[in-house]
Amino acid sequence: MTDLEQLDSKTLAEMTELADRYPQARSALLPMLHLVQSAQGQITQAGIQACADALELTEAEVSAVATFYTMYKRRPMGKHHVGVCTNTLCAVMGGDEIFDRLCAHLDVGNDETSEDGQITLEKVECNAACDFAPVMMVNWEFFDNQTPESAIEVVDDLRADKPVQSTRGATITSWREAERVIGGFEDGLVDEGPAANGASLAGLEIAAEKGWAAPAMDAAAKKAKPAGGTDD
Amino acid sequence: MTDTLTPVLSANWGDERAWTLAAYTERGGYQGLTKALAMEPDAIINEVKESGLRGRGGAGFPTGMKWGFIPQDNPNPKYLVVNADESEPGTCKDIPLMMANPHVLVEGVIIASRAIRANYAFIYVRGEVLHVIRRLRAAVREAYEAGHLGKDIHGSGYDLDLVIHAGAGAYICGEETALLDSLEGRRGQPRLRPPFPAVAGLYASPTVVNNVESVASVPGIILGGADWFGSMGTEKSRGHGIFSLSGHVAKPGQYEAPFGITLRELLDLGGGMRPGSELKFWTPGGSSTPILTAEHLDVPLDFEAVGAAGSMLGTRALQIFDQTTSVVRAVLRWTEFYKHESCGKCTPCREGTWWLAQTLRRMDQGKGQPGDIELLLDLCDNILGRAFCALGDGATSPITSAIEYFREEFEASMTTPSWELFPPSASTLFAKEGV
Repeated sequence: MTDLEQLDSKTLAEMTELADRYPQARSALLPMLHLVQSAQGQITQAGIQACADALELTEAEVSAVATFYTMYKRRPMGKHHVGVCTNTLCAVMGGDEIFDRLCAHLDVGNDETSEDGQITLEKVECNAACDFAPVMMVNWEFFDNQTPESAIEVVDDLRADKPVQSTRGATITSWREAERVIGGFEDGLVDEGPAANGASLAGLEIAAEKGWAAPAMDAAAKKAKPAGGTDD
Repeated sequence: MTDTLTPVLSANWGDERAWTLAAYTERGGYQGLTKALAMEPDAIINEVKESGLRGRGGAGFPTGMKWGFIPQDNPNPKYLVVNADESEPGTCKDIPLMMANPHVLVEGVIIASRAIRANYAFIYVRGEVLHVIRRLRAAVREAYEAGHLGKDIHGSGYDLDLVIHAGAGAYICGEETALLDSLEGRRGQPRLRPPFPAVAGLYASPTVVNNVESVASVPGIILGGADWFGSMGTEKSRGHGIFSLSGHVAKPGQYEAPFGITLRELLDLGGGMRPGSELKFWTPGGSSTPILTAEHLDVPLDFEAVGAAGSMLGTRALQIFDQTTSVVRAVLRWTEFYKHESCGKCTPCREGTWWLAQTLRRMDQGKGQPGDIELLLDLCDNILGRAFCALGDGATSPITSAIEYFREEFEASMTTPSWELFPPSASTLFAKEGV
């Protein structure tokens, strides 16, 4: 249990670095809490204390924030976070069935961690990928157009520490490493995965096929001068 | 007559490494910035006003007018905050945009910030999209390295810093004042308005909060001109917009088209509904916009026409459900979402969404009680217009509209569970045809 373990000096220095990015330091609180999770695997009391010290807040003020947002976890997490969207559209498209099958397969309920400590399973709300429904997230990377079978394969590979890549993103690292990027530090994986694929390109492909495009910019400019009084 | 589809923001999504500065510049990126740096800030605002660009985050407020509200005589710093907290159920346009084309947003941020005379800007992106956050951070780093951000941008004397700020999982932070509280390091709870953010926003200073797609549309408006932008769309809803098709359709995905396209046209492009499917109900712009039915297939998807049809254009999140779907189950799940995401600040929303979910849950189980439909409508009546922010209003939209169009299904819920009337397995993506 890391709850009383102090944060290392590198993490504390990075907290200061985050605070320096903002005109007012308190704005760095959400990123700092992500960093605490990355360093300690959950929101710890020591982490809350460190944020409070860095920002001259009370522990109560920091706790009030940490308890408001669902991404902050106050229990030890598995190595990987697996989120299944069960908001209406994904649920209807199969998210409910995927979630139920994963619960049975991992022998866990919502917000619980598998016995081997590898997977924490959670129902998540709409993750803005409805055109790829049903959607599963692993450490907040997209796994699009899932079936119960494909979802089970992904978690089995994760449990076996086999390489797994997001359908539209990078190779899966771990929840803690993901939290570090979310908190504010790059990890060098930006160039993995496509710009877009599948449903994201649906309209673009049809437009290309039909020869459709937005009006040419020069044509509109010739037709009438911009009315805004530009003087470039 | 413009083409049926008009890719602008999505035009480069199929390009190799489209997210890099090199690929974006190769396509003519940052030319809008060059032009804008030679313009007076007020001329930029005028151009955007003239273009007719309206907020792409759902509300449709004129973007140029919003910029014009910033009191330039206020001695405090001015701020631009991009709302990239895309979380409205069904809405999935900004995430693929930022994943594939982050530089068009960064370019828009620089132009918009210069227009309102901000030297600090933020992109508040929801935390649950790791790869999008990577792409944004890299784009900002590259823009600094190229001199598009930082001190004295390209010798113009204009300074701008841009921070990518990730949230931590809270739908309410898409509400602009809750977003500002969250960006200040607090619980994301909406603020009483007035004062509006234009007067007292971030750090109690004049602030513009704009949606991703609004800001990303700005470079094109500056480069092509207001008339170019206005040559697309309808009279009062001008320009291009990303329409997101999801659900029981043959070809779900992103379709960038002029405002005013209809759902029928969009469906026809992609081969209609999935095989064996009939359209039952749909949302025009996310779960907070009242549902519509097959009778609305020819409603032009612009702010005015969708409003006249009794709904709202919202975020053009077209969630399509077929005859296999239980309306009661769908509405219950949305209601549970609003209950979960209610921030708890005001009583009508905090308590009301709880009661709505409780009532709908027993109806979903076929244990509805006489008077439950009236109870739902009464609860909605007590939330709509009485909640502190639009979350409460949004929670009532699916319920009142579903009862209007499908009252008989709510009546059936007095005796029969939704899963008996509409077996869920038939609705799934992996359902065998004809199940």
